[in-house]
Amino acid sequence: MQELLLIAVGTAFVNNVVLSQFLGICPFLGVSKNVKTAAGMGSAVVFVITIASFVTGLIYKFILGNKNIMGGELDYLNTIVFILVIAALVQFVEMFLKKSMPSLYNALGVYLPLITTNCAVLGVALTNVESGYGILTGVVNGFATAFGFLIAIVLMAGIREKIEYNDISESFQGTPIVLVTAGLMAIAFFGFSGLI
Amino acid sequence: MNSCAERIYNGLIKENPTFVLMLGMCPTLAVTTSAINGIGMGLSTTAVLVMSNMLISMLRKIIPDSVRMPAFIVVVASFVTIVDFLLEGFVPSLYDSLGLYIPLIVVNCIILGRAESYASKNPVLPSIFDGIGMGLGFTLGLTCIGIVRELIGAGQVFGFQIMPDSYQPITIFILAPGAFFVLACLVALQNKLKNSAAKKGKQVARAAGCGAGCAACGNRAACGGHMSALPADEKEKEE
Repeated sequence: MQELLLIAVGTAFVNNVVLSQFLGICPFLGVSKNVKTAAGMGSAVVFVITIASFVTGLIYKFILGNKNIMGGELDYLNTIVFILVIAALVQFVEMFLKKSMPSLYNALGVYLPLITTNCAVLGVALTNVESGYGILTGVVNGFATAFGFLIAIVLMAGIREKIEYNDISESFQGTPIVLVTAGLMAIAFFGFSGLI
Repeated sequence: MNSCAERIYNGLIKENPTFVLMLGMCPTLAVTTSAINGIGMGLSTTAVLVMSNMLISMLRKIIPDSVRMPAFIVVVASFVTIVDFLLEGFVPSLYDSLGLYIPLIVVNCIILGRAESYASKNPVLPSIFDGIGMGLGFTLGLTCIGIVRELIGAGQVFGFQIMPDSYQPITIFILAPGAFFVLACLVALQNKLKNSAAKKGKQVARAAGCGAGCAACGNRAACGGHMSALPADEKEKEE
């Protein structure tokens, strides 16, 4: 239990997925204009990454890394299989939500197609395999990673809403000021490195 | 042959993926802690890009339109796996320092972007040169950022000591935040150049990729937020 907690805090804060591993930078810069959409995107990412790390964990345990099939030597297929599974999974989740949970679909639906190939999703799946995490640990790691993304993108959106009112020099308007903000946030997140 | 040279010029300067189109931001920020890592990542991406452009261009009349995205992804993922093994076998030190970011070349916006917007519509030879041009442009971008970060953060370039011994390295530049700061300054510089060019009435390629935001990107339904928009010449046609 303590080990799981350590992994969760470590991936959510200390090695934050966006600010220290640079995964999922695209939505982080693109969909962080206001807090509401940022929270929607973040929750959709939490949802997808948690499910994806569970499914890829199962696939690795029972097919790709299984000693009984080809002597466990199929793991060179990891990248190909995972990316296809994630793409299919996102489509499937979208259809499922549309049919059976319309309220959740209305909240997250717009963002789902956007995450199909978010590098954080594939990144988590591959990290889980590389670090030798089991299914439970993998899901916890995935959830914590995505939670770190949610925190980072919501904070960033909050700051960007305030930046709107600031007088920024012409060249720094748009992407550059967002990058500077992200850099300052990354410095702030260094403060968490003493936690573990 | 002229069109091939034009493709390379286009990739290196006119539509440079890092500075002009702002594609592939994740590896750009993550692996540029030193110039040599930047070159390694850039060349690996170039290799994948050239091969996948070539194969996709060959198969462009066979792949049905409705399943083209999964088909492209499989092609790209196969080449990435090959590059991953070659690096592990022949350049283990680079393999260790790039780590997770090699398999993540699969989801690099540049590769799927070029497959979708160029290779799937053009003959094989121009597609190969388009891949070379774009790949070298990406390598150039990564190397520039890598040189700046290594010089300020460690006082070295390509591992050679450049700064005098009395120089106290600003370590933050080879850590995570430095990546954001260096890129921010480079983009600001480029904005300044673009603004002054636009004032003189020149046409400037707009940032098409993720930096500009998925919401503004016309292709997002197909790309899952991870693909470049249409190339500049098509945009003009649409307008």
